[in-house]
Parts: sequence; C-alpha cells; structure tokens
Amino acid sequence: MKKLDLVIIGGGPAGMAAAVAAYEKGVRNLLILDREPQLGGILEQCIHNGFGLHRFKEELTGPEYAARFAEKVAEYGIPCLLNTMVLDLETESDGTKIVTAVSPQEGYLKLNARAVILAMGCRERPRGALNIAGTRPAGIYTAGAAQKFVNIKGQMPGKRVVILGSGDIGLIMARRMTLEGAKVEAVCELMPYSGGLTRNIVQCLADFGIPLKLSHTVVQIHGKERVEAVTIAAVGPDRRPIPGTEEKIPCDTLLLSVGLIPENELSRQAGVEMDPVTGGAVVDENRQTSIPGVFACGNVLHVHDLVDYVSEEAEIAGKQAAAYLDGCRMDAEMFPVSGKDGVRYVVPQRIRKGAAPFALYFRVGDVYRDVRIVVECGGKTLVSRIKKKVAPGEMETLPLKAEQVSQIDGLVTVRLEQKGAE
Amino acid sequence: MKYDVAVIGGGVVGSMILRELSRYQLKSILLERQEDVAMGASRANSAIVHAGFDAKPGTKKADFNVKGNALMETVAKELSVPFCRNGSMVLAFSDEDLETLETLRLRGEENGVPMLRILCPEEVWEKEPAISREIKGALWAPTGGIVCPYELTIGGIENAMDNGAELKTNFCVTGIRKDGDSFVVVSPEEEICASYIVNAAGLFADEIARMVGDDSFSISPRRGEYELLDKTQGTLVHATIFQPPTKMGKGILVTPTVDGNLLTGPTSEDISDKEDTETTAAGLDKVQKLAVKSVPGINYRNVITAFTGLRACPDSGDFVIGPAKGEPHLIHAAGIESPGLTSAPAIAPEIVRLLGEAGLPLHPKEDFCPNRRPFPKFREMSDEEREALVQQDPRFGKIVCRCETITEGEVLEAIHRNPPARSVDAVKRRTRAGMGRCQGGFCGPQVVEILARELGIPMDEVTKSGGKSRMLTGKTRGEGGAI
Ligand SMILES: Cc1cc2nc3c(=O)[nH]c(=O)nc-3n(C[C@H](O)[C@H](O)[C@H](O)COP(=O)(O)OP(=O)(O)OC[C@H]3O[C@@H](n4cnc5c(N)ncnc54)[C@H](O)[C@@H]3O)c2cc1C
Ligand SMILES: Cc1cc2nc3c(=O)[nH]c(=O)nc-3n(C[C@H](O)[C@H](O)[C@H](O)COP(=O)(O)OP(=O)(O)OC[C@H]3O[C@@H](n4cnc5c(N)ncnc54)[C@H](O)[C@@H]3O)c2cc1C
Repeated sequence: MKKLDLVIIGGGPAGMAAAVAAYEKGVRNLLILDREPQLGGILEQCIHNGFGLHRFKEELTGPEYAARFAEKVAEYGIPCLLNTMVLDLETESDGTKIVTAVSPQEGYLKLNARAVILAMGCRERPRGALNIAGTRPAGIYTAGAAQKFVNIKGQMPGKRVVILGSGDIGLIMARRMTLEGAKVEAVCELMPYSGGLTRNIVQCLADFGIPLKLSHTVVQIHGKERVEAVTIAAVGPDRRPIPGTEEKIPCDTLLLSVGLIPENELSRQAGVEMDPVTGGAVVDENRQTSIPGVFACGNVLHVHDLVDYVSEEAEIAGKQAAAYLDGCRMDAEMFPVSGKDGVRYVVPQRIRKGAAPFALYFRVGDVYRDVRIVVECGGKTLVSRIKKKVAPGEMETLPLKAEQVSQIDGLVTVRLEQKGAE
Repeated sequence: MKYDVAVIGGGVVGSMILRELSRYQLKSILLERQEDVAMGASRANSAIVHAGFDAKPGTKKADFNVKGNALMETVAKELSVPFCRNGSMVLAFSDEDLETLETLRLRGEENGVPMLRILCPEEVWEKEPAISREIKGALWAPTGGIVCPYELTIGGIENAMDNGAELKTNFCVTGIRKDGDSFVVVSPEEEICASYIVNAAGLFADEIARMVGDDSFSISPRRGEYELLDKTQGTLVHATIFQPPTKMGKGILVTPTVDGNLLTGPTSEDISDKEDTETTAAGLDKVQKLAVKSVPGINYRNVITAFTGLRACPDSGDFVIGPAKGEPHLIHAAGIESPGLTSAPAIAPEIVRLLGEAGLPLHPKEDFCPNRRPFPKFREMSDEEREALVQQDPRFGKIVCRCETITEGEVLEAIHRNPPARSVDAVKRRTRAGMGRCQGGFCGPQVVEILARELGIPMDEVTKSGGKSRMLTGKTRGEGGAI
C-alpha cells in the first residue's frame, strides 16, 4: 500500500489552496485526488466573472481563478491523480488513514495517509426534497447540471425557462440562458428575500428584465414527455401556497436552484462528527474535525458564496495539517461556539484553549437591518460590530484579535441585537 | 415473419410469461408500446412479495399469491435479481384492529400461508424498535419479502431473449385481425403475425380484449402515490410495515427496499385517465401523515423522489386468467392488480398450460438456460472483485454516478445487453445511475453523453424515456465544445 503523509480529497479551489499551503509549510509527500479530468472543481464550469475580488482585487472568471492555484500546484510539482474517485475513508486504530479510490488509469487503489484534508465541495439539492406535485417529464434540471450542459458540453437544456430558487447558481444561469437565446420567464423564490448575492440579483436579473418573484413557489409541473408548463403560487408566512394565487406559466424547462448540500458521504463513513445545521463536519479553529489528522475546508465544511473565503479557509487547513504532521497535537481543552438570536450557524464550532487569533464565519437566518453582531463569552463581550444589513445569502466573517481570543474560557456565542426582522 | 406466440405487454407478467415460453421450442415475441419494458405498474409499485393473507380464500389472487411467493426465491436467484425475505407486519392500533389481525391470520392460514403469528407490542418493538408506541400488537408473516420489480421484469426478458425470444418496443397494439388461423397484430407502424396471443397489457388489457370482440371485463385505474427516502432512512425498519385494512382502504406501508432506501405509500384513489401518473400535493401530504403513524421517526427532509403507480383494477375484483370470450387462441393475463408482482412467477406457467390446452404444441428446449448472467454491481463488490474488474476493463474504474457508485462499465452493459437501454431512464432502471440522493444532477450530463456516443446520435436526440422526451434542445450559440 502506498504510504503518504497527506492526502487531499478534492482538487477544487479548497483542495488546491490547502495543498499549496501544506507544501509551503514543508509537506512534500502529499497527493491530491479528484474525480474530474482537471483541477478546479466547480469553478471550471463558472465561466462568468466575479471571482477573486477580495483576494486578488480583480474580477476573474472561475477558470482563471482556479488557474492561479493550479499553476502553483504545478510549479511546486504537487502530484495529482485525476479521474480518480475516492470511495472510502477509514481510520485504523493507530490513527493511520486508509483512502480507497478508483480510476480507469490507476485501477483500484488503497492509500495509506497520516493526515487527510476533506475538500469535496457540495452538490445541489434535487427536486425530490421539494415535493413538487405533478408529472416527471424531461426538462427538469438542477441549475448546476444545466450550467455543465451549457458551459462544458455546449448543449442547451431548454428554450423557455422557469427557475425555482434564487441561489447564486440559479441567478447566474438566468443570465447565461438568456445570453444563449433562451427566454427566462421568471425566477421564483420561496422566501421573502433572495438567497443569492445582491450583485448577482442586479447583474443577472434586473439588467435583463427577468422578474424575481419573492414568496412564490412552483406547485405543479405539467407535461407528459417534456415539461410544458409549471404552475406557480404565492406563499404565505408559513411558506405554504395561498389558494387562488396560482398562475400557469408555459415553459419547456424548470431549473432548480434550491440549495447546496456539502458532499459528506466520505466524512460520515469515516465517523467524523457532523453539524446538522451546516451539513459539514464539526471543526476547531484549525479546521481539524473530530478525528485527529482529518481536516476539512471549503464547501464540504459549509457552503460559501465567495471562493475567496474558500481559499482562505483551505490555507488554514493546509497549514494546520502540516503542523499536525510535524507532531503538533491539537488536543487541548475545547470551548464550544454557537449562534443564537438570528445567527444560524458559526464555523468553527469549537475553539481550543490557547488558540492563536482566528476569524469566525457565520450565517444569519433572515434578513436584518441595522443590527449589532455581538460575540460573547461568559458574560464578557469579546467583539461587537454594527452592520447596515445582514442576509442569509451572504456569509459574515468576524476576526478575533489575540487579546480577545485570550479571554475565551467557556462557551462562545455569536448573536444579533436588532430593531426587528424585515 | 410469423410467430407462434405474441405476448402483448412488457410488464412483470409479460416478462415472466415470455421467459416461460422460451423454455419451449417456440417462436415467441413480446410487444411493448413504450420505448422500454417495465414502464407500467411494474416499475411503480410497493415491491412487496406478499405473504398471502390479504386475498379472500378461493380467489385466483389468493392462489397465485401463495404460489408466487414460494417461487420468487428461485426465480430471483436464477435471474440474479435482488430479493430479500424480510418479513411483513400488520400493525394494530386498537382492539378492533386486533380483531382484524385475527381475521387476517385465519384467512392467511386458509390460503396456505405458513408461520403466521400475532405478536404482542413488546415483541414488535424488539424486532422493530422504530415502530410507534401506540400499537396494540401486530400480525407477523415471516414469508413476506421485497424484490426489485423492474429488475425482475428486465431480467426475465433478458433471460427469455438469451433463450431465443424476441422483443419489439415502441409497438403499440392498436388492432388485431384474423387471417385464416392466425392473428395479425397491428400497430401504427407495422404488423406481425402470430398463432396465439397472450394479453398482458396491464391497464389496457380490456382494450386488447375488445379488439377481438371480448367485452367481458373492464379495467379502471386507481392511483397510488409514494415517497421514496434516502438511504439514511432505509434502516429505520427491517420488515415491511403495513397498517390494518379498514373500510377506508389498505393504509400506508413503510418498507425498506432491496437497495436500502425507505419507501412509503401508497395512497388509493380512483381516477379516470389511464395515463395520469401525476403526483398530487394532497396525496403526498397524506402519505407523510399516515406513514409517521406507524413509524414516527421518519425524517421527510430526506425524500429523494415521489412517484405514482396505477393499479389495473378489474371490475370482477379478481385476476382475469383464461381464454378470451369467443377467441380460444387469445389468453388473458389481465386485471393483474396487487398482488400481481408476487403472483407473476406463478401466473406464467399457468398461462403456458392454458396455451397448451388451446392447442399450442409445447416441446421443451433441451438447451434452455434458466440463469441470467449477473449484472455487474460495482457498489456491491468486495475489494478483490473490484480490483479484478477494473484491471480487466478500465471502464469499470470510471465512476459515473457518485451517489450510487455506478461505473461507466455498468452503463455500457445496460446499453448493450438485452433488453437494450435507449434512454436516460432506461439506463437508470438497469444501473441505478441517477437514483440516488442527487437524482441525476451529477451523472445526467455524463449518461446523456455516453448514450449519444454508443447509439451514434447527437446529444440533443437523447431522450429521458423515449418519444418526445428529449433531454436537450440543441447546441449553444458558441456551438459546443469547451469554452
Ligand atoms: C454556479 C456557481 C457560481 C459561483 N459563483 C461565484 C462567484 O461569482 N464568485 C465567487 O467568489 N464564488 C462563486 N461560487 C462559489 C465557489 O465556486 C465555490 O465556493 C468554490 O468552488 C468551492 O470550492 P471547493 O473546493 O470547496 O469545492 P468544489 O469547487 O466543488 O471542488 C470540490 C472538488 O472535489 C472533487 N471531489 C468531490 N468528491 C470527491 C471524491 N469522492 N473523490 C474525488 N474527488 C472528489 C470534485 O470533483 C471537485 O473537483 C460559485 C459557485 C457555483 C457553484
Ligand atoms: C400502487 C401499486 C402498488 C402495488 N404493490 C404491489 C406489491 O407490493 N406487491 C405485489 O405483488 N403487487 C403489487 N402491485 C401490483 C403489481 O405492480 C402489478 O400487478 C404488476 O406490476 C402488473 O404487471 P403487468 O405486467 O400486468 O402490468 P404492467 O406492468 O402495467 O405492464 C403492462 C404493459 O403493457 C403495455 N401495454 C399496454 N397496452 C399496450 C398495447 N396496446 N400495446 C403494447 N403494449 C401495451 C404497457 O405499456 C405496460 O408496459 C402494485 C400495483 C400498484 C399500481
């Protein structure tokens, strides 16, 4: 069995940045595994620009952003096995990790690793999870699958489109399909606010005159062979359709952009403790999971809207995996972190006693204006910050300085103080 | 081209009959109106191999159910189709229900169902800890089982074809006329000749009967809606959990599937359109509300799909098995509603016997092989088997469907084995690619590409399930390729 110090599962932006960071900290016996034929992850199909504003202070396309990291990987000579699907991850009693993978070139592989970084990204929520009544004809796709057809395969999934869900991928695809000559009839969003970035709502919908129907959902799909129409309806505060508001929209395609789910089957098999809210692993500020030597970063840990933060997070995981391989044990006492009063989740979920300065990443559960974000520990306020607006579609970050971190001696909570939800 | 027997309908009943016919020195053909087999009730049902305590003693249903249950194990093994004798339970929620259980038990014994027993609540919970604390007892039928209904249908047809039988899909029988002693079976595109006909057309069997002037029965559709859940829910129960039959119907069942998912349903609603396989908001609501009555812990956030099956209910209330009125060379296997899946392996030899009685010469084939070559299932293999398979054929090293761990090699087998898969759904039924948590989000584009390549057609001609169900509408403006 091949022996490695570090195996990185997933060669998207998270996996690449983690590998580069680990290399820069001296790790040499490492390997990136990805099931796609190239590095880059989901970015390869995101040919729009808008990547890298924070990190590189310029607007790159997805593939351009990915290329910056892929070039580093090549420059350092970090080995990658592509077209390689990881099937299983196990931990032996002595802490060694066994990674099982398969590829047409390499065959069926078992790798032995001292540390593993999970960077598998996420997948889209399918129709089933929504329980839309009606037929099951051709023409229903997740927005990401449609994006792959259009941008990678050069094929149009349809000509007249309704999009359910206003997540970023749905918004981007509304514009993409329009530019390719399709008519996007509407984007329906169940919630009273969009789940996407404000800039995407403006640039992808408003600029093209595509209606965004907030508090609306698709209640029925029509058509036996191919989609012929969908019926949409307004929903009340309980998110249930309001009888009498139904409207039938003729179309041949329904795209779903109703959420992303971290791709954690491997993590679950390995026995990593999971956070039911994020759908990702529970990690400490080093991005180490409940299994020593297993780290997680990027969309597999929690869904990010901006890739810049993915890279940032992955670098933490890469560096700390290197430290772990150097023999640094991260088994100090842990303090839990949790969100309340409008804060839906916080990553990391735990902080080690004596931690170095770090940042908290979190999401809110609703749109709030003029709020104060408060980070507390044992009655002490560590940090507080005023924001004009926070929304579920935009992740918040809050860095803690050394003197703030040093005050942590118990449960840390992140909460909102506000005048009232919208 | 003249056939000895034409079987109309490629459901599980037609499949088992075709296979039974392929044991004899006969030229047989199966005619199916859809682009693939197993497109009717045989793909959308509860997949239960019933023990046999439901049907009234003395009916054909009772008889074939018990016989079919006993045959299923062998048939599934020969066809290498997943089957599991997981046992069935009928729950009682009241004293009145307990009386119903007793009636069912007696009825089962009269039908010849072995090992029936009434369990007290503690015994039930010991077997099935997830079951509601409100129950008063349960009827336990250890011979109940589960099977994959479409794989059984497909497997039977493949085995029949390996033994010389033929299949024509996209052949919708619209008329039957007599030409001397034989039948001319007509579709809008072509005609075939056959000496005998078996009518296994499911919901449309009454229409086939009318084509030869037999109006002795009619069939009406009854909708049953289901919700299928992720494998995380698949281990909640081990046995199939029924609710007691009441005046309101049979209730909602909760069962694991042979693939490890959890299936809940069906509703029961008479409708008029034989092709209306829509799901309804009210129906799905009802499934959820009633299923949690039996198993309160079901987490419906893990639903991966919902579907509808249409029962072919005969007005007589029992299976219609026998020669057509006034046409002794046409044998009906009609009105095969539940427990039709269970009964199919027993109905088939009976139909062949009736064909013999009607004059069809039955000479066994010496080289008949009952076994179907197993369909390779990478996900179920051991490390050593996987290693060997990938070494032998690298296409088994390319994972196409990540949720179900399906390889390109399997997709290719589905396309190139009999009955051949020609659409995305046909590949899905044979391999499970697209049946997992992401429901084809990841593998859809790849399966379309492989189908186009293997069938030698452009990608935008690939369909979801034949006809006009095209997956794509043409090239992008940039006209394809990587951008
Ligand atoms: C449509 C879309 C539009 C976006 N728009 C923007 C934008 O405008 N600006 C912006 O900053 N961000 C944007 N993002 C977000 C950004 O692209 C993601 O946050 C980022 O790609 C996540 O990186 P990742 O490495 O965690 O995951 P991914 O990019 O998904 O990479 C995960 C990799 O892991 C591999 N993998 C998974 N499981 C296995 C396995 N078992 N074996 C082998 N390999 C495996 C996958 O093949 C993949 O290559 C967008 C995202 C999407 C989907
Ligand atoms: C909701 C539901 C739940 C059920 N649960 C169970 C269960 O748990 N256990 C059990 O044992 N049974 C169950 N059943 C019953 C079982 O599914 C059926 O009895 C069985 O599938 C019937 O098979 P079939 O071949 O007769 O019909 P079908 O599978 O419907 O096949 C008939 C075929 O004939 C074709 N056809 C029709 N007209 C024409 C034509 N003119 N020309 C050519 N082809 C034609 C159709 O396209 C179709 O493929 C259930 C049924 C339903 C609907």
